[in-house]
Amino acid sequence: MTVPELKINDLHVSVEGKSIVKGFDLNMKGGEIHALMGPNGTGKSTVASALMGHPKYSVTSGQALLDGENLLDMSVDERARAGMFLAMQYPSEVSGVTNADFLRTAINGRRGEGNEIPLMKFIKTLDKKMQMLEMDQAFAERYVNEGFSGGEKKRNEILQLMMLEPKFAILDEIDSGLDIDALKWVAKGVNSMRSENFGCLIITHYQRLLNYIKPDKVHIMMQGRIVKTGGPELALQLEKEGYDGMKAELGITDDETVEA
Amino acid sequence: MSMQLQNLPFDSEDIAKFSRDRNEPNWFSELRMKGLNLAEELPLPKPEKTRIADWNFTDFNYDTSSAAVNNLSDLPEDIRRLMNNGDGAGNVLVHVNSSAVYHHLSQELIDQGVIYTDLATALRDHSDLFAKYYFKTTSIKKHRLTALNAALANGGSFLYIPRNVVISEPVQAVYYQNAPSAGLVAHTVVVAEQSSAVTFVESYLSDPIVGKGVANIVSEVVVGENAQVKYGAVDEFSDQMITYVNRQAEVARDGSIQWALGQMNDGNTLSENATNLQGDGAAADIKAVSIGSGSQKQNFDNYVRHVGKATKSQLLVRAAQKDASNSIFNARTKIEHGASGADGEQTQRVLMLSDQARGDANPILLIDEYDVIAGHAASVGRVDPDQLYYLMSRGIKQETAEKLIVEGFLAPIVDLLPIEGVRKQLATLIERKVG
Repeated sequence: MTVPELKINDLHVSVEGKSIVKGFDLNMKGGEIHALMGPNGTGKSTVASALMGHPKYSVTSGQALLDGENLLDMSVDERARAGMFLAMQYPSEVSGVTNADFLRTAINGRRGEGNEIPLMKFIKTLDKKMQMLEMDQAFAERYVNEGFSGGEKKRNEILQLMMLEPKFAILDEIDSGLDIDALKWVAKGVNSMRSENFGCLIITHYQRLLNYIKPDKVHIMMQGRIVKTGGPELALQLEKEGYDGMKAELGITDDETVEA
Repeated sequence: MSMQLQNLPFDSEDIAKFSRDRNEPNWFSELRMKGLNLAEELPLPKPEKTRIADWNFTDFNYDTSSAAVNNLSDLPEDIRRLMNNGDGAGNVLVHVNSSAVYHHLSQELIDQGVIYTDLATALRDHSDLFAKYYFKTTSIKKHRLTALNAALANGGSFLYIPRNVVISEPVQAVYYQNAPSAGLVAHTVVVAEQSSAVTFVESYLSDPIVGKGVANIVSEVVVGENAQVKYGAVDEFSDQMITYVNRQAEVARDGSIQWALGQMNDGNTLSENATNLQGDGAAADIKAVSIGSGSQKQNFDNYVRHVGKATKSQLLVRAAQKDASNSIFNARTKIEHGASGADGEQTQRVLMLSDQARGDANPILLIDEYDVIAGHAASVGRVDPDQLYYLMSRGIKQETAEKLIVEGFLAPIVDLLPIEGVRKQLATLIERKVG
């Protein structure tokens, strides 16, 4: 298998007519883990939603290619089947649909008709992954995210990630509001995915998660674009100096914050 | 009125003969005659926002007998699939057209004094007991359709549970129509005496061969003091059948009823469901789901009346509207003066799946007492775009995602039905109708 590749060039995104992402560039390959950091309201989550195809976000210009295919031409489900995955900050609850049914439908959607996953194989895989995340078996039969705590929802996102095995995953503030145990499960799940067939973009506000998932590259995003890129040490520097220090260093003064 | 009188395709001679042929007791024949006279005088019901004047409620074949069968395996597949394992061990009554064709009640329940039989047998063997309850929770004079039910009853079940008898296995009734222009006029009476408990499940279905048939169904449930009744139903009549269904319960002190109604007819339907919480501490839990499809018109009225003190009711209606279907949902909670400490909650949610469909949810609270809790919620909306986006972001196609969401939305009722076969019937129906 060739190593997957995600190329984003000069992406501009607006929400309800308001321009939020203004010239976002990113190149990622399978096997790489990137962190995207930045203050609230700089457009990090907007990049994630736009790449997944949320109907509220419109890409006004730019390009996003997954293995040379134009992501932006695809519908949401096509992007997912092409290999994109977004672990959402606020996953929806779907009453009456069990986690197991949901996952099996999703897996079979990717595999296509006539190539459905055998039920026993599905159950075994699900059991194994749930064990790794220390999730109670009852989760499989619970309705999707209904009545889940914040931490349970995040773990459920990681479970889906592990079951669906995408080429690229974006984790949108997966660590917000998580206690240290939940954070470790998330990290364990992501680290178990590491291979040259899988790339991951971790969107986070805090450096803490990066102690558990070591990024290859760290990008700082401000005012709708990446303003600085470095190695893991950049996150540590940020932790020490704060975003204000970073702004001063980069000579960014006019910080017009935007709604995420 | 005289014009409508001419519309009735049967007269007193026809009905007298029908009753004579069935060897019915006098009191019942007389009620038939009374019903006929009232049907000529009384107007049709006037359901809010649904025009039923041109629905055919009267022109059908009410005498469509079918031969009895000794083995379940002789029944049509449509019926057998509704039963557990088809081993014949369940407590079940099967009606085909206007005949009861198969019946089984366990010896254990017979020994405990439980009666479970079809209408004709109830009139022959338990006439006095049956007369005590027939048309007592709902009035024959309510409107033309209840009067017609009395005049033409050709089917139904009688379930009687004596004091303190608790039946753990569900009791099942199946009604199947497969004669052209068949009309089912069913009248069911369920009586649960003091501190008894039972789960009753009925399924109504028809083969499309029936064509322009009619169903006129009245079910009466008498819940005694401290008794518990769970009443499940799945309606599955074909698209040209016109249905009037009236399910009524009266609940005595500390008694409770749970309704789980899967209202999945393909044809025009007028449904009245009413629960009268008469005794102090009586409780009702009503859950109903429906799917409107094609060009069918439906009107659902769910009514709870709180009379006793500290009575409690919960009403949940969920529906999906497809194609050019049109459904009206009325939820009415009435708390009478003196029903202090009553608690009545109602929720109605309608999911619109097409621009041509129409769905109205009307919440109505009528409160005549100060010391009560009452609440209502009603919404009519489309599939939540965030839910859809979430499912699609996992690679599920839009169509499939919508189906999952709608099926999930209607699932709470499916889960309540106690018989595997009937649960599957409803799940399959939902799948088919949503599909």
